[in-house]
Amino acid sequence: MEEIKLMKGNEAVAEAAIRCGCDGYFGYPITPQSEILETLMALEPWKTTGMVVLQAESETASINMVYGGAGCGKKVMTSSSSPGISLMQEGLSYIAGAELPCVVVNVTRGGPGLGTIQPSQADYFQTVKGGGHGDYKLITLAPASVQEMADHTVLAFDLAFKYRNPVMVLSDGIIGQMMEKVQLPPYQPRLTDEQVREKCPWATTGKHGRKQQNVITSLELRSEEMEKINNRLQEKYNQVEQNEVRFEEYFCDDAEYLITAFGSCARICQKTIEILRSEGIKAGLLRPITLYPFPTEAIAKFAKQVKGILSVELNAGQMVEDVRLAVNGVTPVEFYGRQGGMTPTPDEVVKALKSKLIK
Amino acid sequence: MKEEIIIAGFGGQGVLSMGKILAYSGLMQGKEVSWMPSYGPEQRGGTANVTVILSDERISSPILYEFDTAIILNQPSLDKFESRIKPGGTLIYDGHGFVRPPKRTDINIYRIDALEQSIALNMAKTFNMFILGGFLKVRPIVKIEDVLLGLKKSLPERHHHLLPQNEKALRKGMEILVPVHVIA
Amino acid sequence: MTLEEIIKPENQVYGKTPLLTETPMHYCPGCSHGVVHKLIAEVIEEMNIADKTVGIAPVGCAVFAYNYIDIDWQEAAHGRAPALATAAKRLNPENCVFTYQGDGDLAAIGTAETIHACNRGENIAIFFINNGIYGMTGGQMAPTTLEGMKTATCPNGRDVSMEGYPLKISEMLALLDGTCYVTRQAVHTAASTVRAKKAIRKALENSMASKGTSIVEVVSTCNSGWKMTPHQANKWMVENMFPAYPLGDIKDR
Repeated sequence: MEEIKLMKGNEAVAEAAIRCGCDGYFGYPITPQSEILETLMALEPWKTTGMVVLQAESETASINMVYGGAGCGKKVMTSSSSPGISLMQEGLSYIAGAELPCVVVNVTRGGPGLGTIQPSQADYFQTVKGGGHGDYKLITLAPASVQEMADHTVLAFDLAFKYRNPVMVLSDGIIGQMMEKVQLPPYQPRLTDEQVREKCPWATTGKHGRKQQNVITSLELRSEEMEKINNRLQEKYNQVEQNEVRFEEYFCDDAEYLITAFGSCARICQKTIEILRSEGIKAGLLRPITLYPFPTEAIAKFAKQVKGILSVELNAGQMVEDVRLAVNGVTPVEFYGRQGGMTPTPDEVVKALKSKLIK
Repeated sequence: MKEEIIIAGFGGQGVLSMGKILAYSGLMQGKEVSWMPSYGPEQRGGTANVTVILSDERISSPILYEFDTAIILNQPSLDKFESRIKPGGTLIYDGHGFVRPPKRTDINIYRIDALEQSIALNMAKTFNMFILGGFLKVRPIVKIEDVLLGLKKSLPERHHHLLPQNEKALRKGMEILVPVHVIA
Repeated sequence: MTLEEIIKPENQVYGKTPLLTETPMHYCPGCSHGVVHKLIAEVIEEMNIADKTVGIAPVGCAVFAYNYIDIDWQEAAHGRAPALATAAKRLNPENCVFTYQGDGDLAAIGTAETIHACNRGENIAIFFINNGIYGMTGGQMAPTTLEGMKTATCPNGRDVSMEGYPLKISEMLALLDGTCYVTRQAVHTAASTVRAKKAIRKALENSMASKGTSIVEVVSTCNSGWKMTPHQANKWMVENMFPAYPLGDIKDR
């Protein structure tokens, strides 16, 4: 059993990355996630596991270093916060198009523009609906605790390699900056060069006796071939949707009212549920852990059971659109959100639920 | 047991580190803990605050509107948080520089002149430990031994020679806390 | 005499390195890319490093470089090749990693990545084709377009009061402590091609010896973009490009 430690979510990401055998981290400072790079630099993993850590000249360079490293079959990652993630969208589209595995952690802050450094969930659309150009998907994990920051870093790499697809860990300033208890994952050794060549026969490792050259590219000028590539990507996303939906239910079994919320907002809403239950109101919380693939079926099931659903988010109403698609008019779906780095208190959500759904 | 605490003051007063020591102490006692700071430029001169929760149960929201205890180190923080202490809760404040003292009558109010005392004793750097001592006097939710262990955990090793002085500050803080208004 | 009678080892005076694939190159007749590709392939073969060399292709005319040289390749986003190469080399330091970039890719959209990779002294080689124009997109102005030179986006000639000056990026890169070798070459004559090949070899050797970043700029023609015959283009390059971009080593340490 690993020791239980107290640390920030950002620090947990760095620790978990080293422990799960990450080969390289490339990043650029931005609040509220700079502790990830700072922690890695302080831990000096290049002296222990051999992991490469590099402060790049920009987020653009960071994501393209990730592209280069992932193309070599290495376990590589970057992290940033909203404005920096916007700069990475080109690279993410290329990485998805070239079908490379990598992990990107977004510790989101309020936008648009330079916005604020306080927490936000306003990058939901950017993350799950594309962000960059072209038809591609980011598998998206939404940690709600420091423990999940560590666990999701490890899980993200597993999913990235399973599907050869970029995986986003969509966190926010609350989860990144808060300290909680965490049990770090056990150490896994980094793969050897031979293991990389075996596990990633597509990687540009140098041919090393291989007959065919390996080429990492997202370019295909022949439209009929490009359509086939797109179809293959869509088949992969279908597999992801069938296999990888993750969510957590909190007092949902007998719920008459359902709250949907993810990440830090779900933590606030857990307390809301406690307050509502103490008042005799049967409310439950459904927390999507994967935002893509979205727990559409689970929400559709509860839509038949409850009198109404409230989607609570730190934005102007983004995930609520996916909730409405899942519910498909079966029950009322309302939204409550705070923006610009503000966070609702649990009592505020209690009031919102009562006024919007119970009346 | 569950204690929801806000610590608020100026950046540089040791607000965040006091919260950290408290969180570490809770960890030493096997409790669930969360430490949620205000972050960013505020830490470097503006107002800073941190929400610390110690609980026997899983902690849901790390962000709260109301608190069991508020530890207040400047006037703007008192203005912001006095109304957000639960009835029957506790307010501990350092009286230095206050022009509008607390007015609530439904909470326990204690004053601790830690700034003056720590300067008088040439221990200004341990100001926040005076405050923490005062807090533990009225809310003994963690043992002082665990606080010292927590302190050791949160301090880099090069500062470990300062541990005895911190312990002294903790105990002094317990002595100089005075009740202002205590409800029955 | 039949063809079979002619094709005998004793009659061979020149051969194509097997590292050049059979794919017909898409480059325009007279273009310098094909010559530079051949030189790089030959050097890789002669150094016997084909098994551990990774090339990073640009966006520009050389976007399909991977179709012509039979090694592992990554195709970068426009301008980002030095960032890809940084990771590819750091994560596999025993490999030989080079980028192949044009003037728009390296000296306009990718300036930051170029400068910072060079400033960090990444142990990579950068092959930089400077023909003063955007070839693939149809002859628009490049950062290295000469003063007065006509392109699709400066049809009356580059006006430095409006569009700034031809960017001497190799001289800039030579100032950086991370670069070990910066040279400017051409491939318009047999002699210059021999010199260019030596420079390419030196750059790849530096990469393998972890000496820092090497840049081999090749001043090149784009006869289609320049709207000239190959012969005219070579002459124009000698008369106009070379005075602005003089050939020779800028830095060798």
